[in-house]
Amino acid sequence: MKKSYYLFNPGRMSRKDNTLQFIPVDAAGIEGTPKYIPVESVANLYAFGALDANSSMYNFLGKEQISVHFFDYHEHYTGSFMPKDYLLSGKVLIAQTQHYTHQKKRLLLAQKFVSGATGNMLKNLKYYHNRDKDTSIQIDRIEDLSSQIWETDSIEMLMGIEGNIRITYYSSFDTIINDFEMGIRSKQPPSNEVNALISFINSLCYTLCLDAIYHTQLHPTISFLHQPGFRRYSLALDLAEIFKPILSDRLIFTLLNKKIVTKGDFDIQLNSCLLKESGRKKVVKSWDERLSETIMHRSLKRNVSYKHLVKLECYKLVKHILDMEGYQPFKAWW
Amino acid sequence: MHINATLINLYHICARECWLHANGIRMEHTSDTVYDGKLLHEMSYPLRADRHTEISLTAEFSNEIVLTGKVDFYDSKARTIHETKRSNKTAAAHEWQCKFYIWLFALNGIDDVQAILEYPKSRERTNIFLSEADSVYLSNTVDEVYHLLRSDLCPPRLDEKICKHCSYHDLCYSGEDLSSY
Repeated sequence: MKKSYYLFNPGRMSRKDNTLQFIPVDAAGIEGTPKYIPVESVANLYAFGALDANSSMYNFLGKEQISVHFFDYHEHYTGSFMPKDYLLSGKVLIAQTQHYTHQKKRLLLAQKFVSGATGNMLKNLKYYHNRDKDTSIQIDRIEDLSSQIWETDSIEMLMGIEGNIRITYYSSFDTIINDFEMGIRSKQPPSNEVNALISFINSLCYTLCLDAIYHTQLHPTISFLHQPGFRRYSLALDLAEIFKPILSDRLIFTLLNKKIVTKGDFDIQLNSCLLKESGRKKVVKSWDERLSETIMHRSLKRNVSYKHLVKLECYKLVKHILDMEGYQPFKAWW
Repeated sequence: MHINATLINLYHICARECWLHANGIRMEHTSDTVYDGKLLHEMSYPLRADRHTEISLTAEFSNEIVLTGKVDFYDSKARTIHETKRSNKTAAAHEWQCKFYIWLFALNGIDDVQAILEYPKSRERTNIFLSEADSVYLSNTVDEVYHLLRSDLCPPRLDEKICKHCSYHDLCYSGEDLSSY
């Protein structure tokens, strides 16, 4: 089972024969004991600290299809090293493109993404509503809005509804989360603890979706709900919509309400709020544990991890665009 | 269109798998079984490479169809093809793959070639020969595969026991349980 490695300590990562060697370097420039990471065990790397590496290491990672995701000092996602595509299917690429250029086909997929995301948001709201957190206003409003998803006849209109749903959904966070105020969603920079967590964990969710897509024949830049971007892999954004409520938001509620992450884990400035390294480590650890948790999959009839669910979503998309089976977004049932 | 021995093998297991594979939708990288088979191939007969050669064959079947095959171990002295497989679960498909190789040799004017199908794990070996009827059957099969692959429609899934061990299993069976919609 391959796993993610999260690098917090500054140091040097290099290729040593056919394995990876990491030598930590402290503030004074003193090298610590090397750690060895067998390359077969690596799914991907996350670089949070200062990472020294040379092209021979990247060539090695590229050959092994291992991506590296970079985050700057303020835990902003800055970009990824994505190895060359290794799963190419002209058939899938053409079909995927046709589903984008054909307006009705594109809208249908986009509507399904929004409907899946909305279903998963409602699931969260209802869960807390049953636990003495009154989210009835948001539930009613979102149910009303979600009935309009299928009546939209353009992506812009759909995006408008999606935006309203999300604003309504975020307005329940202050009810759901104890002891922290979120207020409105603010991004660059996040203005408070909840916003800081949302930004950080959503970018983790994005990289998760990006890697899942990379290991299939789908093309990461051809998306349906989001405008296919330049400078970003917009299909990963589409996919992340579905999983953010299940993976990111539920994790945020747990981290704060169970006091795993506390006030002391944040660095609050005049108009910005960032996670300290202690907080970042806690978040990443919980995130990684969450991804390996399993649920009983109803059609595969076996336990699958949350991480694998994202991959299954990619498979379902492949089937949809090849006209094998209509895509139904993943909706949590628990 | 190129039709190779792998596609002939897959066609006898599952038309959908054959279609997906031919269209570049590959899943081998996700499958431990496939990886295991690859290792087995490399480890089973370490000394074999000395006396055997790898050989690639092609034959023009028609204006549209070119047949290709890559034999890992060919013993030219004994005119014998060795094909190693992990398990005999899909033995019929393996046999047709071997017969396809023999047929390719014949189409290239090399007759009296035989194949030995080897299952190192269970220590079984099967000798494979090509009959006149087999050649006719293969010729028809090539036509069927050609028509299958020309179609834009992916064949339905099998829904058989064997699906559980297939590297495409999660692709085929990943649909949502619609009762939740």
